[in-house]
Amino acid sequence: MRQLRRYLPALLILISVLVGWEVAVRAFNVKGFILPAPSAIWAALVTNWTDGYGIFPSARVTLIEALGGLAIGTLLGVATAVVVSRFPRSRDTVLPLAVAVNAVPIIAFAPLANSWFGALSPVSKMAIAAALVFFPIMINLLRGLTEVDRSALELMRSYAAGPTAVTVKLRAPNALPYFLTGLKIATTLSLIGAVVGEYFGGLTETLGRVVVAGASALRFDVTWSAILVVSVMGIVMYLLVIGLERVLIPWHPSVRGGRSP
Amino acid sequence: MTTAIPSVVSLSHINKTFGAAGTGSVALSDISMEIGRGDFVSLIGPSGCGKSTLLRLIGDLTEPTGGTIQVNGKPAVQARLDRDYGMVFQAPVLFDWRTVEENVRLPLELFGQDRATQASKTAEMLELVDLADFGRYRPYELSGGMQQRVAIARALAFSPLLLLMDEPFGALDEMTRERMNSEVLKIWQRTGITVIFVTHSIPEAVFLSTRVVVMSARPGRITKLVEVDLPQPRGLVTRESSRYFNLITEVREALRAGEGPMPEGGLSSVEVTVAEGGIG
Repeated sequence: MRQLRRYLPALLILISVLVGWEVAVRAFNVKGFILPAPSAIWAALVTNWTDGYGIFPSARVTLIEALGGLAIGTLLGVATAVVVSRFPRSRDTVLPLAVAVNAVPIIAFAPLANSWFGALSPVSKMAIAAALVFFPIMINLLRGLTEVDRSALELMRSYAAGPTAVTVKLRAPNALPYFLTGLKIATTLSLIGAVVGEYFGGLTETLGRVVVAGASALRFDVTWSAILVVSVMGIVMYLLVIGLERVLIPWHPSVRGGRSP
Repeated sequence: MTTAIPSVVSLSHINKTFGAAGTGSVALSDISMEIGRGDFVSLIGPSGCGKSTLLRLIGDLTEPTGGTIQVNGKPAVQARLDRDYGMVFQAPVLFDWRTVEENVRLPLELFGQDRATQASKTAEMLELVDLADFGRYRPYELSGGMQQRVAIARALAFSPLLLLMDEPFGALDEMTRERMNSEVLKIWQRTGITVIFVTHSIPEAVFLSTRVVVMSARPGRITKLVEVDLPQPRGLVTRESSRYFNLITEVREALRAGEGPMPEGGLSSVEVTVAEGGIG
């Protein structure tokens, strides 16, 4: 009940935007290829769920690609951050390169990824998603592993604790909130990577292809419904990470304050 | 008293300079001191006198530029590796992801003690600091004074040789501070541990210590050693005795003498260096 009251304003705004949208489209007789009404988008979603454009089977493939990319990118990001924090001298070698790679518009490599890993293979989409996910995970985790309270480090030093013990007992738990923040950003990025990869070719039954095919057939209601599905997947993944925070870091101020951005 | 181990801590001609030699700032200059087993020694002085630095040198959290530090007959680094130090900082430095119990248990885990010993030792320590009922709480659920008691329990859990306390009650209100002082004295008497205590509260130093080391700044050095002969056990009566006030006055005057505007090197004649027979 209290939860409901907290989110009530947001819900009301969402509903009024949708209603306003619907009313405006009807009142001004906006053409469907410019902006379809929410009701039209919903109708397109229902009729093309399994038939027609096959949004549901497409969503499954896209989700697998995104999750695969998320897993690979997270793994690489974690590995890099752990190595750099453990060997501080490697920082000056690894960080500039990582920053440089991150400055490259990775999305622009999507057509190349298709030719490297095969346009029909989900691996090409996972590769783009992983490349996008890598940086926020790595940089956030690295911060968490290195920005440790000085007194806490001295305490561990007074116990004559070795680097491994310091990492396990202090740095890792300290880094967990940072990592989860990175993961929240990464969930959205993984979907962007997968969908954009699909734009440049691949299996027909993917959300990216549904977006493109709908647009080129002037079926913008279909395009919008595919975008809606991607958005919902993104929101669910984000909420799952917030759930993970509740379980893993109940002690962190962001969680115990009952608020999580 | 046995003569086999004359002192727990032995400092001889300690110098500490921060920054490059020659141009760096001198934090400590020619510190020599002996601390006996079971002593409660307070280091007091104005900000910048190097009292915390001296404590950190003894605990091997930093290294001297010159001079030698012996702890129980070994170099400070060996003493640290032998886990001779229990440290308490100004902030409690508790890990929020651990319960109170788990925080106290941390050093025991690190030292690879078996679970049964860990559990019994942790319970014993929480009993010692009157927090037996709070083992399952998280640190942030406790008051500042309680958090600091957890830190003390953690520092004592592995029965170290030395308890090093760096302004542990500086962030607490006066009432809590006085209560914590009594707690610390109680623990000190029960365990017989040697304590080195950094503070800038004169009453706190006098009330707690067997010896007060008065320091002056720029460069940091010892200007006076005040033997505190107040009878044990100390309590409210101690705080109201005339001897207590006299000692406070003595420490205050020593501090004032150390900070006054004086010509360069003007203190060298008053400088007290106790190298031998300095056991309390």
